[in-house]
Amino acid sequence: MPLPETTVDAPALEADTVTVSFGPRLVLDAVSMSVAPQEIVALRGPSGSGKTTLLRVIAGLVAVDSGSVRVAGIDVTAEPTHRRRIGMVFQDNQLFPHRDVAANVAFGLKMQGVGKRLRAQRVEEMLELVGLRGFQSRSVTTLSGGEAKRVALARSLAPAPAAVLLDEPLTGLDRELHDQLAADLAAVLRSHRVSTLLVTHDAAEAAAIADRSVLLPSLGRAAAADACEDPPR
Amino acid sequence: MDADRAALSRPAVNAPPRSLRIALAAVPVAFLALFYVWPLTTLLGRFLNVDAVVDALNRPGLARTAWFTLWQALVSTALTLALGLAPAFLLGRWEFRGRRVLRALVTVPFLLPTVVVGAAFVSLLPDALVGTPTAVIAAHVFFNIAVVVRVVGALWERLPPDLDAAARTLGAPPVQVWRQVTLPLLRPALVSSSIVVFLFTFTSFGAVQILGGSEHPTIEVEVARRALQLGDVSGSAVLAVLQLVVLGAVIAIAARLQRRARVPLARDVAPRRRPVTRRQRLALAGGTLLTAAVVAAPLVALALSSFRIGGHWTFAAWTDLGETEIRPGLGLGVDAAGSILRSLRAAALATAASVVVGALASSAIAVARQHGRLLDIGLMLPLATSGVTIGLGMLITFDRAPVDWRGEPWLVALGHALVAAPFVVRTILPVLTARPAEWLDAAATLGATPSRAWWEIDVARLRRPLVVAAAFAAAISLGEFGATTLLSRSGRETVPVAIARLLGRAGDIPRAQAFVLATMLAVVTTALILVVDSFDRESGGEHASA
Repeated sequence: MPLPETTVDAPALEADTVTVSFGPRLVLDAVSMSVAPQEIVALRGPSGSGKTTLLRVIAGLVAVDSGSVRVAGIDVTAEPTHRRRIGMVFQDNQLFPHRDVAANVAFGLKMQGVGKRLRAQRVEEMLELVGLRGFQSRSVTTLSGGEAKRVALARSLAPAPAAVLLDEPLTGLDRELHDQLAADLAAVLRSHRVSTLLVTHDAAEAAAIADRSVLLPSLGRAAAADACEDPPR
Repeated sequence: MDADRAALSRPAVNAPPRSLRIALAAVPVAFLALFYVWPLTTLLGRFLNVDAVVDALNRPGLARTAWFTLWQALVSTALTLALGLAPAFLLGRWEFRGRRVLRALVTVPFLLPTVVVGAAFVSLLPDALVGTPTAVIAAHVFFNIAVVVRVVGALWERLPPDLDAAARTLGAPPVQVWRQVTLPLLRPALVSSSIVVFLFTFTSFGAVQILGGSEHPTIEVEVARRALQLGDVSGSAVLAVLQLVVLGAVIAIAARLQRRARVPLARDVAPRRRPVTRRQRLALAGGTLLTAAVVAAPLVALALSSFRIGGHWTFAAWTDLGETEIRPGLGLGVDAAGSILRSLRAAALATAASVVVGALASSAIAVARQHGRLLDIGLMLPLATSGVTIGLGMLITFDRAPVDWRGEPWLVALGHALVAAPFVVRTILPVLTARPAEWLDAAATLGATPSRAWWEIDVARLRRPLVVAAAFAAAISLGEFGATTLLSRSGRETVPVAIARLLGRAGDIPRAQAFVLATMLAVVTTALILVVDSFDRESGGEHASA
């Protein structure tokens, strides 16, 4: 497994004066923030503040109008998503419905050209890590909400990304499951020593999982508290 | 849906008696038995014996015909699939101005009569290409692209765009995203649309008849030619049966493939993307214009060609449509103006018959569970049988007293009704089965007698679907060519048959007249489709607000 090549002391993730607008609407106005190696940062803010957009900018799913994104000290602003070595857990998981749990978790490894035996081994490790031992051949459509979330996390961690992005990972789960999963998530991320940027609107959740919280409107030039919905994709 | 069905099958106290509605099924059952089952069994029984089969199979050219049929169907299917993907992606994934119009436009060719498509390509293509397999395949792709666009586009619409994003964050470059995620998820739609296109092109008649020339017959064309031109009914019957067997096999394999290809997906439509960057806007505009141009070109060429005779612009073909003589004494042999009247009469009768049969059948299917399913499938069978086969069966069955009906114009119309009835059922049945029995109970508590409740609720709700069904049936009847070719006599052509015969004549005037008729047919058919579409849209709005 290739280890992430990090420039010593460089932040794992860095957004530098990122500006994005959708048509006439300014969504991110010169936003800057960073995540140190092995740090877990919660990105908070009201809906419409551009949290998800910032996450997608870092992943390379939304292009910036200006500003830059660095991963482990390397400028990736012009790199396509698949070369950024960023893992992401999507709000509704986005597990591939035509693949079983093992093939979902192994997807990133397969893209790196990792051999079959090593893949199977790594999948086993990752499933163990998220508490889903023996789930390899389950169909992802039969998983409960909590299980699906764990598979999504295992899938994003399996290729050993430079950092992971979690987009509202616990939204929509019921209270009990929410608290359980929040604790497990924190444990997994810490034991895995992975740099993490986590989007949430819940202060308690941020406190439970993250090392520190940052509030989005205060990150930019103008604290534009545009109370609209999330921007269109 | 299941709950609704359960509610319907519950003995409903306030509904009209079950027995009555099942008795109503007698009409569609008798119709199907007399005009489909009997002719088809006659075809099988009278002409299918060892001698006839050996004799027919030994005819020279059969292997070539069979090979050409298969080959052109495979090539047409592959090309349709390849060319349909881009517009499917455009319509399934993107939201842009003119999207609805483009979607409707792409659908139009599929709903046009095959003869119109054939005539349009005669007008569009250079003369050197008419009569070649290239012309046949081009027309097939044009005709069937809607199948790929609609079926694949509908699935594409349901694939969450973030699934691609997820694959990209896992390090998949665009080619891998397509191969590992998009393509496997689209496979069910790709499989089912290819099967449909293959079936259509394998049995294609009108386009092949007009564009393929005598050099390149398909099995379907050969069935008609043997029966009509060579008087070899038994050889024709053997070929028709051979084709039925192939079709049955393909449908059986298809059902298997489809079961295996099923992928569980959410039912709801994923949000379509709006173009954001300039490049996206340009690409979308380009794709839209190109698609629109490809779809519109043959139809525009057809309309323009109806105004040209011998290299000059003229209204002559339109104004002289009633003339059956090219010069005094030299007959055209085809009564173009008369064909319009005959087509309208046949369409009126076919529409009435199919709506009555379809409505009664739907009403019975909704209450009688297992037997209802049987009737449902039975009524679908004529769709799986080629038009030429249906016509051939009728031709050889209704040839002696007391059922010597071959010369009767209404026999043609009933053949059309046979093909249209399943569409009527598909339009009406969902409305009937989606009605909870409680509504009748509610009406009863408000003082309605059972028959009044039935009138106020079921019949009232059916008014809209009935109009849609009638428009469907009329469009099908006006364009039907296969069965009609077998059943219509010289001088008694319907519009599609007249078009084909006029295109078969030498000279500019008959050709121009064929283009006039084809243009008229295209316009009328499109108008009927618009009726169906606008009603569908209105009822869609009703569902949304309910």
